[in-house]
Amino acid sequence: MQKPVSISTTRRKKFTIPVDKFLPFLIPIIVVLLWQVSSSLGWLSSSVLPSPIAVFQDGVKLTLSGELPKNLSISLYRATVGLLIGGGIGFLLGFINGMSNTSRLLFDSSIQMFRNIPHLALIPLIILWLGINESAKISLVAIGTMFPVYINTFHGIRSVDPDLIEMGKSYDLTKKQLFFKIIFPAALPQILVGIRYALGVMWTTLIVAETISASSGIGYMANNAEDFVDMETVVLCIVVYAVLGKISDLIAKSFESLLLEWQNTGRSNA
Amino acid sequence: MNNTMISIKNINKTYNNLTALHDVNLDINQGEFIALVGMSGGGKSTLLRLIAGLEQPTAGSVTIDQSDTKTLMRVMFQEDRLLPWMSVLDNLSFGSKDKNTKAHAQELLELVELGDYADHYPTQLSGGQKQRVALARALMSHPKILLLDEPLGALDALTRRKMQDLILDICQKQNLTTILVTHDVEEAARMADRIIVMKDSTNSYEEDCPKNRNAGQIGIVADRVLGEILNEKPLEVKTA
Repeated sequence: MQKPVSISTTRRKKFTIPVDKFLPFLIPIIVVLLWQVSSSLGWLSSSVLPSPIAVFQDGVKLTLSGELPKNLSISLYRATVGLLIGGGIGFLLGFINGMSNTSRLLFDSSIQMFRNIPHLALIPLIILWLGINESAKISLVAIGTMFPVYINTFHGIRSVDPDLIEMGKSYDLTKKQLFFKIIFPAALPQILVGIRYALGVMWTTLIVAETISASSGIGYMANNAEDFVDMETVVLCIVVYAVLGKISDLIAKSFESLLLEWQNTGRSNA
Repeated sequence: MNNTMISIKNINKTYNNLTALHDVNLDINQGEFIALVGMSGGGKSTLLRLIAGLEQPTAGSVTIDQSDTKTLMRVMFQEDRLLPWMSVLDNLSFGSKDKNTKAHAQELLELVELGDYADHYPTQLSGGQKQRVALARALMSHPKILLLDEPLGALDALTRRKMQDLILDICQKQNLTTILVTHDVEEAARMADRIIVMKDSTNSYEEDCPKNRNAGQIGIVADRVLGEILNEKPLEVKTA
């Protein structure tokens, strides 16, 4: 039994590196190939789903005409500003409530109550208050992203090992040092989880907001194309959202591996 | 030599009507190595935490001699309490950019035989190595008093023995006043100048240990102290 097992592991080792890099792309590539073949052979009517090549050509056309870059940048702008405002407020509230008991007693239960309202249910109210201009979309994204950052910052700070805080105090750290050397780094993994979650909320909120009430942005582009039964552009917008979501997730992940380097140091190289 | 460094007077400590310490009186001399032994719940850790100022007594007082400059106390805990996001060197200097601090930290790492590990993270070290880093960290600010709260409890027997020798050596060379809390009577008999048995919330028994003791003497002292803790009266039978 022992011998064949050891042989197969040594064999596999030789091929691990290229296979590991290639494997995640395998399913998307097969899906796109099947999709293209079905379209070319006429199994899939272009009124149901246009071929990948048609979508790609549409993308090139809209890029050259400047329409895609314009809408993409306005969507990115709304997403980023909304996240910065919402995430900033969420972090600040989470920080204050995590550090101060009085503040926690005063604010936390109200925030938790507000959190349970689905933020997309606020769309009618926000349109009535702010109209359909930029501030409406940005506030929706801000409200949506605020809570995941708040909750994770709050819990991250509350669950810092009290033994480490006691050590810091008995080793004469100042309050500022205690926060920057112990509390913040200890809470950081949890805070980053909140930010990553907020990125997902950010895109879904923006899609809905732009589809319902906008005159620009990727969501508007999709909605507009729907009115003209322009299937290529509708599918293109969906693909763009998928790519944007993936990119923001990659950015969040690289932040994690950069800031949490210490978590990846196993005992292997001891 | 015989000047009092720590003076404990009529200390009482209660937690929600539960008595942890009752009328403890104890004087500890400068440079003395004290071991507090006893069963769990006997009050030895509570007494150490009161001396360290981590908790306040319900009644009574702890006085630390402040005559020579600023008397500094450092605690070494049962768990290493190292910060996992800092390298070993930064755990000593708390990330200070000061060159002298870093150099001093490196010196102390050499002292605990971990000079090559400055850039490692705590997760890359063994349990014994982590406690050596914690010991080096305790020595960073040139303390006069070292409080050890069962720091070797989680280590295997061989590592434990090496750590005992290292701590003893450092305490003697730096003339530290040391208080060691331990449940291991033999450890106390090996290391301490004076063993204090904590039983029923007070210091019920004291034993002075002979200087330059050999293994046999350590065994005798340990057996006598153990008998005292466990209330076994015919001590001579144990030592025979």
